[in-house]
Amino acid sequence: MNSAAPAEITAAATDQQSLAEIARARWEAFKGGEVGSLPVIVGIIAITIFFTAKTNIFFTAVNFSNLIGQMAGVTVIAVGIVFVLLIGEIDLSVGYVSGIASVVVAEFQVAGSSHDYPGLVAIGLALLVGAAIGAVQGSIIAFLGVPSFVVTLAGLLICQGMIINLLGTQGVIGIQDHQINDVANYVLTKNTGWIVAAVFTLLLAAASFGTYVSRRRAGLPTGNLMLTVLRVVFYAGLAWAAVAVCNHYRGVPLVGLIVLFVVVLFGYLASRTTFGRHVYAVGGSAEAARRAGINVKLIRILCFVISGSCAALGGIIFASRLNSVDLTFGGGTILLDAISAAVIGGVSLFGGRGRVSGALFGGLIIGMISNGTDLVGSADWIKYVTTGTILLAAVTLDTIARRRQGAAGR
Amino acid sequence: MIQTARVSATATTPTLKLRGLTKSFGSVQALRGADFEVRDGEVMALVGDNGAGKSTLIKCVAGIYSIDDGEVLFEGRPVSIHGPKEAARLGIEVVYQDLALCDNLDVVQNMYLGREDHDALFRLREAPMELRTIETLKSLAVTTIRSVRQPVATLSGGQRQSVAVARAVLWNSRVVFLDEPTAALGVAQTRQVLDLVKRLAEEGLAVVLVSHNLIDVFEVADRITVLRLGQSVGVYERDRTNEQEIVQAITAGTPAKEASA
Repeated sequence: MNSAAPAEITAAATDQQSLAEIARARWEAFKGGEVGSLPVIVGIIAITIFFTAKTNIFFTAVNFSNLIGQMAGVTVIAVGIVFVLLIGEIDLSVGYVSGIASVVVAEFQVAGSSHDYPGLVAIGLALLVGAAIGAVQGSIIAFLGVPSFVVTLAGLLICQGMIINLLGTQGVIGIQDHQINDVANYVLTKNTGWIVAAVFTLLLAAASFGTYVSRRRAGLPTGNLMLTVLRVVFYAGLAWAAVAVCNHYRGVPLVGLIVLFVVVLFGYLASRTTFGRHVYAVGGSAEAARRAGINVKLIRILCFVISGSCAALGGIIFASRLNSVDLTFGGGTILLDAISAAVIGGVSLFGGRGRVSGALFGGLIIGMISNGTDLVGSADWIKYVTTGTILLAAVTLDTIARRRQGAAGR
Repeated sequence: MIQTARVSATATTPTLKLRGLTKSFGSVQALRGADFEVRDGEVMALVGDNGAGKSTLIKCVAGIYSIDDGEVLFEGRPVSIHGPKEAARLGIEVVYQDLALCDNLDVVQNMYLGREDHDALFRLREAPMELRTIETLKSLAVTTIRSVRQPVATLSGGQRQSVAVARAVLWNSRVVFLDEPTAALGVAQTRQVLDLVKRLAEEGLAVVLVSHNLIDVFEVADRITVLRLGQSVGVYERDRTNEQEIVQAITAGTPAKEASA
């Protein structure tokens, strides 16, 4: 099919296409296995409709604010998982690494102890510990070639053991430090919320139209300008709507801003920098990357450092949310929720495909299910079965997409 | 035109010369004192049976394997190559048999893999990369690729091979190794790639063609080096030899006719 069309080389076939033509091309790509973000959007809408019909608390400003707080930790951890999945590895330790970070951040603010540091210092130390655990695990995987599944499974057990050891005598540490507690509980003033939405819109527009202008200047096909405008309007609209809903209650939670910042920062890193390009290359073909002179070992280690750091930030958010740390931290469904969020968000388990923003949308779906089932008063088993089913569907979709793409090429 | 290039080339020092290269993996000796040379503007074929050491020789020159012993001379001066980046810095590029492309990345991303154009903050400069990719493909008369922003996974075998070759010449390279470039291709696509090989030599590059296919070799090569059991059997000029003699050299290893001039 490809060789039958000896057309002139163009940078992007979408140059002079109308929106209708683009839509048709997308539909063709969809059938070819490029499902994109459609399943996620459909999923979010379906879940919203379902729970709104079931309970009138679900679709309210109060619950939206709550939802942001509930999904924040897992979403941030999922961002780290995205990088590990992109290089075709897995990190099973993130749950208990987040637990370790919770304990560390709580320990370094204990009033009257020899290590009573300001909250921000404790937060910094917790992030460092997470990064260090990621660096150690990543080094073992990169230098010794031990499968990441086993290394991080061992990491999971070791971290769990360390949490029990650290909390052993008292079993719980309360957090009095305001800076730490503000992470998950501070609410921005309404005007600050609007400013955040405005800044977000400006950055988004600058990035999108910057790309447009630079391509135009270089004489490259730019794609349909309307589509660029629509995309900016859509995402900016979501941001303004989210702020409006939050302001209807108490205002935008700081933790929501933290999640957005993490997603945008790491999204930028993945899609617009050499490091991100190399991450995708290692996930696509580690051997090709190595022969191209990419330091594959370093990329692997850095991805696990990112994973560990994000897990630590998630742990800090969990600790801040409850104003204390106990023996249950790091366990439960944190690990599986975070991996599910990334996979549901369209990140391939086979490496090389997916976007950081997927963690946000996947995290939203996981958070909505958990939040909704709690509101409806369903038994826990329903929550697990639902999440499991959606995860299975996402992985199946990924596998089918991969097979279709393999069939479409060559 | 190729003729004149070759005659003038033989008067100069070889662009790349290997002397007495040895390399073993544990008890297996892949190379036992192999000699090899290639000059600007010529297509040098490297032939030999399976296990003759062709791939090992390439990987040594590409910096993927370190050599145990022997000498690598680039334009007459001895060099040591540690890693793909150093090979690239000298202008030595290798197009591998299994292509070494990332299926999930598009044509531009593959062309610049590991050598992306970026600013001081490591932000990618996409527009210049895309422009030069299009220019390079055009200069090599690769016209079948519709969009340089489509993933390599969607390309045909010949198109993938073209991308791999184009990547090798993007970097002002001097010596290009092509490892079995036509092995997996159909008739028309083989034609495309062989034309591409000739064009590289016409542009003054030193081209090394590694192939099992003697028909291909006799079509494009100016000289032929035969490798057997990790040693060079000899160097033959295409116009003064025939397939039978080469087959004889590959299988039985007749003594060198013209020991590397």
